[in-house]
Formats: sequence, structure tokens, C-alpha cells
Amino acid sequence: MSPRAAWRLESLGFDEVYDYVGSKMDWIGEGLPFEGALVDRPRLGTLADPGVPTCKLDDAVSQVRPRLGQWPLSLVVTGASRVVLGLVRAENLGGDGDRPVAEVMQEGPSTYRPHVTAEEMSGKLKDSRARWVVVTTLSGQLVGVVQPEKIHEAAEAARA
Amino acid sequence: MPTEVDRHQVQELLAKGAQLVDVMGASEWDESHIAGAVHVPLKELSELAAERLDAGRPVITYCYDSL
Repeated sequence: MSPRAAWRLESLGFDEVYDYVGSKMDWIGEGLPFEGALVDRPRLGTLADPGVPTCKLDDAVSQVRPRLGQWPLSLVVTGASRVVLGLVRAENLGGDGDRPVAEVMQEGPSTYRPHVTAEEMSGKLKDSRARWVVVTTLSGQLVGVVQPEKIHEAAEAARA
Repeated sequence: MPTEVDRHQVQELLAKGAQLVDVMGASEWDESHIAGAVHVPLKELSELAAERLDAGRPVITYCYDSL
């Protein structure tokens, strides 16, 4: 739709016209500012806890264990951009502490975008056994994690 | 010919004073739109463009997604 609008604007005399190919979903999915009714509804981006422990692919298991604290998992992220590559559960951090995290992580966990509402996510989780929902931007950068119970509660509150 | 741009280029153009135009319908606009955008639905573009947009500044169009 926007390419047609861009062409039409040119034909109307606008000299410098651009078309944002990714459009609204690319912008909002990246966690960038937006306005409208959706802003006031509980969304994954506002529910997610950004304090989840993280580690690198080549960190040793023995280095990661102490970081967990009360958390039952750690997210494997890479570089300064904090792109999520995997997930390590506490129960997988036993045994040989010299092993790199890459050997014990679950690769490519499902991730969801910050703009998804609690109501929508609650529906998706209906028959799921997921214990955590990992929230990332469209380009994969970590936003945080949120427990399904918190999502269901927020969805209930929004419906009330 | 309109130039296709990505998110980063959009941010650069906005910083230089470009206008961002949401061409979706009213219900989509009410639900969500990019902060600072101007609403000019595609179906009303011909009649509203001159009224809502400055032809002397760059214009960036967007809709829902890339499909």
C-alpha cells in the first residue's frame, strides 16, 4: 500500500519521496515509539523483566552458575547488541564446569515482540507448557523475559 | 521514482525534517501509528496531501508491514 502512496505523491508534485518498506510492524517490533490505543494496553515490552541473567556462547558453565541467583534460566546473548542465541536452564548447568555454554544451551528459543498485547499472548499460551516468554526486538535484541502467569493476570485485568 | 528506505534511514530522514505519512485507514491509525506521523489515508491522498503535507520537505510513506 505505501509504495502506491509514494508513487501517487510524486505524481502530485512531491519531489523527494521515500517508502519505508518495513513499515509500522518493523518500527513497533523494534520497540520504537508509537501512539494510539495500543499504547495503553499491557504489552510484552512493558511486562518483561530485563534483569534476566545473560551469558556468552564461550562462557564456561562454572562461570554462569553463580550468575543465576534466584533465576532458573539464563539467556545466551552475543556481542554489544545483545542478540538472543539460546537459553540455558539451571538444570543443564551441572557436571563439567569447563564446558562452554554453547554445549548445554537450547538453541533458537521462541521469541515474541514487545508490542504484542497481554491479551493476544495469553491466548497463544493457552495450550502451551512454556515457563517463560522471551521478548526480543524484531532484530533479535533482548528486551527481557516474562512468566506466563504474569501475562494471564495482565490480560484478565485488561479485560475487566 | 520513490526511494525505498529502512528503519535507520527513516530515523536519519526524520532528524533532517522529513514528514512521515501513515497511509492506512482510520481504524488502523487509531489502534497504533508511529509517533509523530501524519495521517493521510491512501484513499484520500489526492485531496488531503496538499492540505496536510509540505511539498517542499521530504516525505516518507508507510503502511502496516512489508507485505
